[in-house]
Amino acid sequence: MTKYEFLSALRNRLGGLPQEDLERTLEYYGESIDDRMEDGLTEEEAVEAMGSIDEIVSQILMGASPRKPGREQARGNAGRSWGAGVIVLLVLGFPLWFPLLAAFAAILFSLYVVFWSLIVVFYAVDLSFAAGAVAGIFGCVAGLFAGGVAHGLLLLGSGLVCAGLAVLWFFACGVIAKGLIGVSKRVLSWVKSCFVRRRGIAR
Amino acid sequence: MDIQLKRGLLDVCVLAAIKDEDSYGYQIIKDMKPYVEISESTLYPILRRLESAAFLTVRTAEHNGRLRKYYHITPLGRKRIEAFREEWEEMISIYQFVIREGGNRNDEI
Repeated sequence: MTKYEFLSALRNRLGGLPQEDLERTLEYYGESIDDRMEDGLTEEEAVEAMGSIDEIVSQILMGASPRKPGREQARGNAGRSWGAGVIVLLVLGFPLWFPLLAAFAAILFSLYVVFWSLIVVFYAVDLSFAAGAVAGIFGCVAGLFAGGVAHGLLLLGSGLVCAGLAVLWFFACGVIAKGLIGVSKRVLSWVKSCFVRRRGIAR
Repeated sequence: MDIQLKRGLLDVCVLAAIKDEDSYGYQIIKDMKPYVEISESTLYPILRRLESAAFLTVRTAEHNGRLRKYYHITPLGRKRIEAFREEWEEMISIYQFVIREGGNRNDEI
């Protein structure tokens, strides 16, 4: 690899660094290569002596760029705070992003309400099956007196069917409720991850 | 060697390499070579760290028609070397404790 190729590759890999740090790094390695060539190495050998670009990049990103003491104090909690520019943008753009955020939150809330109403509805259906069962069983007694055995038996039969449905439906409700709660939990954590991720990039 | 331990030691090593006269990257590596091997990629973060801690300063000077950065130790840097000298006694003490054989504990049983 030539010196130019090496430095270009390094520049590409370190694109995320602040401009000042990037230039300083490239100067350092450029100088080191020149010094070694002055010592008698060929350009090829000098570049090879720098080591692998992967190693260099990981060393730099691991050590990060320590800030000068003055700057460190000025920035305070550099890890968690956002730059002044971003804060100004946030304040100025308030009329823009706040309604959007509120709308988004409202949608999420209504989704949440829908989930829970669905669960309630399923159980309500179950209750009506149970009510049907009770009505059928009691009704059969009345039916026996009013319309005869067939009538009473019909009511008893329907009551028992309802009872069976009520039991089966109850288990179905449990499964559906669990499923819906799981979905709502995943939606919540996805929303949270959006905000946590943003903070990560701002660093 | 344990990487954390080495990191601290290499910092003061680099300071020692520039304590008698200003030096530059490759020269520092050459000076340290008989004692400890260090690569450009390891040296660079050390230099940045020492600079931000104000143990050394950097200046650019012309050399053979190109620019070269020279590193100069500060009084604070010299103090760091002094402190290291004093730390050495404690280091020997710790070392002796770790490698000691047998135990005075057995006597208590």
